[in-house]
Amino acid sequence: MELTAQIGGSVTDGLAYLGSLVSLASRAAYFTFVAPFRGKPIRFRQAVTQAMQVGVRALPILSLITFFIGLILALQSAYELRKFGAITFVANAVAISMTRELGPLITAIVVIGRSGSAFAAQIGTMRVTEEIDALETMAIHPIDFLVAPKFLAMVVMLPCLTIWANSMGILGGSLFGVTQAGFFFGRYIRASLDALFLRDIVTGLIKSVVFGVAITAVGCHEGLSTGAGAEEVGRATTRAVVVSIFLVILVDLVFTALFFFISER
Amino acid sequence: MEQRDDSLLQHEAMISLRNLRVNYGEREILHGLSFEVLRGETLVILGGSGSGKSTLLRTLVGLEKPSSGEIWVKGKNLAAISSTEMNEIRKRMGMSFQGGALFGSMTVGENVALPLREHTMLEEPTIEIIVRLKLDQVGLAGFETYMPSQLSGGMKKRAAVARAMAMDPEILFFDEPSAGLDPIIAAGVDELILELKKAFHMTIVVVTHELASAFLIADRMVLIDKGNIVAIGSKEEMRSSTHPRVRQFLDRIAEPEVLEDADYLQMLTDDYPRKGNSMTKRGGV
Repeated sequence: MELTAQIGGSVTDGLAYLGSLVSLASRAAYFTFVAPFRGKPIRFRQAVTQAMQVGVRALPILSLITFFIGLILALQSAYELRKFGAITFVANAVAISMTRELGPLITAIVVIGRSGSAFAAQIGTMRVTEEIDALETMAIHPIDFLVAPKFLAMVVMLPCLTIWANSMGILGGSLFGVTQAGFFFGRYIRASLDALFLRDIVTGLIKSVVFGVAITAVGCHEGLSTGAGAEEVGRATTRAVVVSIFLVILVDLVFTALFFFISER
Repeated sequence: MEQRDDSLLQHEAMISLRNLRVNYGEREILHGLSFEVLRGETLVILGGSGSGKSTLLRTLVGLEKPSSGEIWVKGKNLAAISSTEMNEIRKRMGMSFQGGALFGSMTVGENVALPLREHTMLEEPTIEIIVRLKLDQVGLAGFETYMPSQLSGGMKKRAAVARAMAMDPEILFFDEPSAGLDPIIAAGVDELILELKKAFHMTIVVVTHELASAFLIADRMVLIDKGNIVAIGSKEEMRSSTHPRVRQFLDRIAEPEVLEDADYLQMLTDDYPRKGNSMTKRGGV
């Protein structure tokens, strides 16, 4: 009985949390996409600053990681493929798993580590130093002022980063292809492109947009609900990372299943 | 005739509270407060730590929602208005936070300009002039390009006042204006509050526990204890009050900590409490 009550309690807590994320994300979406048509101009400068921070500055580390992931994928799939004498299919394997799955996912995880945590820390500190309260007393909506530019930056930059990550992954795979599978570089890239359908790329990009929304919502929600004290900021940051990773994986599962059943028909 | 109008104006209530109650979850913090803040006066809300004075201030500026009761400001009941209406009223209010609450990512000038850029259609050169003027009024002329982290505690507080005044508010709120400042700087902030009152006839509400500062700047005072009003009145009325709690606060008498012999022994030996909650201070706050 106790156990049932506990499970019920956690489920309702989880749903309530999800509800507050959806409400935050929809308000941010309102201030980003609807309010500009009602005479409240978008905070373009802040959004660009955020986009630089979230996107451009993440490029070096993201490139390195996805290059390695591409290489690892090539090695792993070649291990199995060579048993069937099908080692040339390594290009297909890398291209498809990068664009459909690992490109968006790895990008999301890098962005969570760099930006999701930073959102929580920044907004959390502002909560502790009463800056959020100050915004409210100045009749400035914190979501409009703080969350909306981040939201816009993430929704635009995550797909861009994902495309970049896909390319770097394929490039990583090509290193194996060229040195171990007898491909010429141009031939490898050609084979990768031939293996891909537009559908593969688009599903990956759709996922990455949803990941962007989820990461922004969690990071900002954790920041805004920070309690008093520096310790709480640390806790909010940790929670933002853990919850974001979980949520991204969950969203990934839902969308992958969805795309699977859609493409079946 | 003009005289009479003036005196009428003097006694018009700027803010009036009726039976205001505020809860944090289950716990009631303010137990039905009723008082008025008159136009052009400086009202000091006094109280010890945990008395509910900060909650009261947060409720007055709309950061906390009352659980019941009314707060009337400019003919509107803050407890029952939409957020759009609340924001309209907030544009007529300024609030100076305890730590300044300046935005660390913006310069001092941008901080002061923020409400103007958000809420007015003023041209950029006009905004710059207003910013310079406001900073000059608080004695920070020439600090526009400084970052808040480059300012001292007292300067931060002054900059925060400049930002609070950016929209020429009718009511100015101060949360612990002299907290964390040395006596000389704190006196400077008190002086600033007096100057603002004299120059702009603003209605000012100050929350503090600093007695010297309170008696310097106040027209009237409210003493709050455990979420209730203990006394309200002019400086003189407060000074001559015989209410034990007022006397205790004004004469700075420490809270007696009464412990029974057995409990005292227990406290010294750090033993486990023998009977329930016997370690609890009795007669404490």
